[in-house]
Amino acid sequence: MQSNAGARNFIELYKQMIRIRYFEKEVERNMKKGLFHGTTHLCIGQEATAVGVCAMLLEGDKITSTHRGHGHSIAMGADINKMMAEIFGKETGYCKGKGGSMHISDVEAGNLGSNGIVGGSIPIAVGSALTAQLEGKDEVTVCFFGDGATNEGSFHEALNLASIWKLPVVFVCENNEYGMSSPITKMTNINDLSIRAEAYGFPGVTIDGNNLLDVLEEAEKAVQRARNREGPTLIEAKTYRFSGHSKSDKQLYRSAEEVEEWRKKDPIMRLERFLIQTGEIVEKDMFRIKQEIQKDVENATNFALESKEPSMEELFTDVYA
Amino acid sequence: MRELTYLEAVREALAQKMRQDKKVLLLGEDIGQYGGAFGVTKGLLAEFGEERVRDTPISELGITGVAVGAALTGMRPVVDIQFSDFLTLALDQIVNQAAKIRYMYGGRGSVPLVVRTPSGSGTGAAAQHSQSLEAWLTHIPGLKVIQPSSAYDAKGLLISAIEDPNPVIFYEHKLLYKKKAEVPIIPYTIPLGKAAIKREGSDITIVATGIMVERSLEAAQILEKEQVSVEIIDPRTLVPLDEQSILDSVTKTGRLLVVHEAVKRSGYGAEIASIVAEKAFDNLKAPIKRLGGHPVPIPNNKTLESAAVPQVEDIVFEIKELIRR
Repeated sequence: MQSNAGARNFIELYKQMIRIRYFEKEVERNMKKGLFHGTTHLCIGQEATAVGVCAMLLEGDKITSTHRGHGHSIAMGADINKMMAEIFGKETGYCKGKGGSMHISDVEAGNLGSNGIVGGSIPIAVGSALTAQLEGKDEVTVCFFGDGATNEGSFHEALNLASIWKLPVVFVCENNEYGMSSPITKMTNINDLSIRAEAYGFPGVTIDGNNLLDVLEEAEKAVQRARNREGPTLIEAKTYRFSGHSKSDKQLYRSAEEVEEWRKKDPIMRLERFLIQTGEIVEKDMFRIKQEIQKDVENATNFALESKEPSMEELFTDVYA
Repeated sequence: MRELTYLEAVREALAQKMRQDKKVLLLGEDIGQYGGAFGVTKGLLAEFGEERVRDTPISELGITGVAVGAALTGMRPVVDIQFSDFLTLALDQIVNQAAKIRYMYGGRGSVPLVVRTPSGSGTGAAAQHSQSLEAWLTHIPGLKVIQPSSAYDAKGLLISAIEDPNPVIFYEHKLLYKKKAEVPIIPYTIPLGKAAIKREGSDITIVATGIMVERSLEAAQILEKEQVSVEIIDPRTLVPLDEQSILDSVTKTGRLLVVHEAVKRSGYGAEIASIVAEKAFDNLKAPIKRLGGHPVPIPNNKTLESAAVPQVEDIVFEIKELIRR
C-alpha cells in the first residue's frame, strides 16, 4: 500500500493554510471592490480542517465539497489562478465561468465538486466510494459538509448506505457553529454531532478543528480505516468562520466578543506558535512565505481580470455530454 | 419472430447491457431476490450477484445520489424507483445534481445515469402510486426523458439510455408490463429523439405517449370502419423531442389531437400543441385539441379511476369532433 510520506511536512501544510487564508482575503477584497458578479462563501478560520484532512489523501482519492469550498479546492492542489478566474466568471476558470464560486470542481484531479445544495454532495461522495469498492481500488473519498447539513435527510440516508456497504468514505463535518444565521446548538439537541455515527454503526469522533495536529491525527486514522476496507468514519471538526455566511451577511446573530474569543483560537496562529516552538521555522521565513503567497493571490486576481469572458456559445454548450 | 412482454424486454435490455459492460449496475429497493415490485429484475441477482444487483434501504434520495456519484466516477448505474411517485423523494439529486453537474463544471465530468420507474394509473393503487409526472422532468435542462409504449421500444430505448452519457429518466407503464410484442433477441438501440409512426393515416394526427398509444390505436381501429384515417405518432422520447416527425404528420393531415395520461393542465401535450401552433399553424384545418387526465388525484374506485384519465371512447369522441371541422 502507498504511504503518504508528505503528510506531516509542516512547512508545506503551513503554506497551504496561508494560501487558503490569503486567497479568501483576496476574494473578499475583490468582492468589496465589486470586481465579480454573484456571491461567495469564505472559509477564513476553517483552514486547518481542509488542509489537515487532504494531507492524508493520495493520488486517486476524491473529495466532495460544499458552498464554502475554496479551502477544500486549494487543499487538493487546485490552481488559484483558475479558481479566481472561475469566481470572476471567466473562460479560463475551472468551469469556464459557468459555475462560479459555488461550483469549483476538478473531477480528473479528484475534486468531485463543491455544491450549492446543503447536504447535496453527501450521497454523491458515497457513490464515489462505491465505485472504488466495485473496481477493487484502494481509493478513499472524503466528504466535507457543514453542521447544517447534518439535519438534511441526505446526510442520514447516505451515512446509513455507507455503513451497510462498508464503503471507503470519510465524512468530515466542519461544525462552524452556524448554518447561515442559525446556531447549531438551537437546531439540534446534542452537543457533539459525531454521536450520529453511532446510530449508523460506525465510529464518530469530535475534534478541535482549529488544531491542525488533531485534524491530522484523526484524519489519518479515518483515511487508513477506509483504505483498509473497514468502512466509514464521521469526524466532527469544531471550528469557526470569521467571515460572514456570504456577501449579504450583516452578522446580527453573533457578538463581536464571540468572534474575538474564537480569534484567540485561530488555527493559523496556533500552527505558527507550534512551528516556532518546535524550531521548524523562524519568523523571518514565515514572513517570506506570506509575502510570496500574497503575491500569488494578487497575481490570481490579475489573471482573472485579464482573462476573457466566455463566448456566447458557452451558454449552450455542456448541457448534454 | 419471438415475442416478449414489455417487462421481459426491459429485463433483457438490463441483462444484455450488464453482460456487455461491467460498469453497469442496478440499485433499488427489493430488486434482488424479490425481483422488483413488478418482477422486472427477477433472475438478475442469480446471474450478476449482489454487488451489481444491489438491494437498497428505502432511501430514494440516498440511492439516487449514490448513483450520481458512481456515475460521475465512471460507473453506469441504473436506479430502480419502485413507483414514479417516489421520484419526488429523489428530486434534489435528479434536478439539482445529475442534470446540472456537467454544465456547472464547464463540461468537465458527466453523469451517465438511468432512473427506471413505472408510472401511470389503472391498478387501483390510488393517488400516491398512480401519477404521471413526466412533464416535471422534461422542464429540466440536462435530463433526457423517455416513455416507451411497446416491448420493442422498451428494449431498444433502454439500451440507448444506458449507453447515453447523460442522466436519463426512463418511464415504464404498469399496464403495459404484460403486453407482448415481437422483440429481437440481439441487443439493439433506438436513437433517443426519434419518434415512431405507430399507424399511418391521412385525416388526423394523434400524438400519444405511454399507455395512450395503445388506446389511440384502438380508437383508430374503431374509426377505420367509419372511413376516418388516423395517423398516430409516438414521440417515444419527450426530451429530446422529434419535432420534425410531428410537424410532417400535421402538415399532411391538417389536424392534431394530443393525448396523454398525465393531468392535462401543464402537461407535456401543451408543449407539443405549442410547437405545432408556432411552426405549422398554416397547415391546420382545425384547432389543436388536447386530451389528458382531469386535474384530480387518482382515486382508488375502479370506475372513478378510469374516468380520471382518457379512455378509448374519449379519444374516439375527440377525433370525431375534430374531423367534423
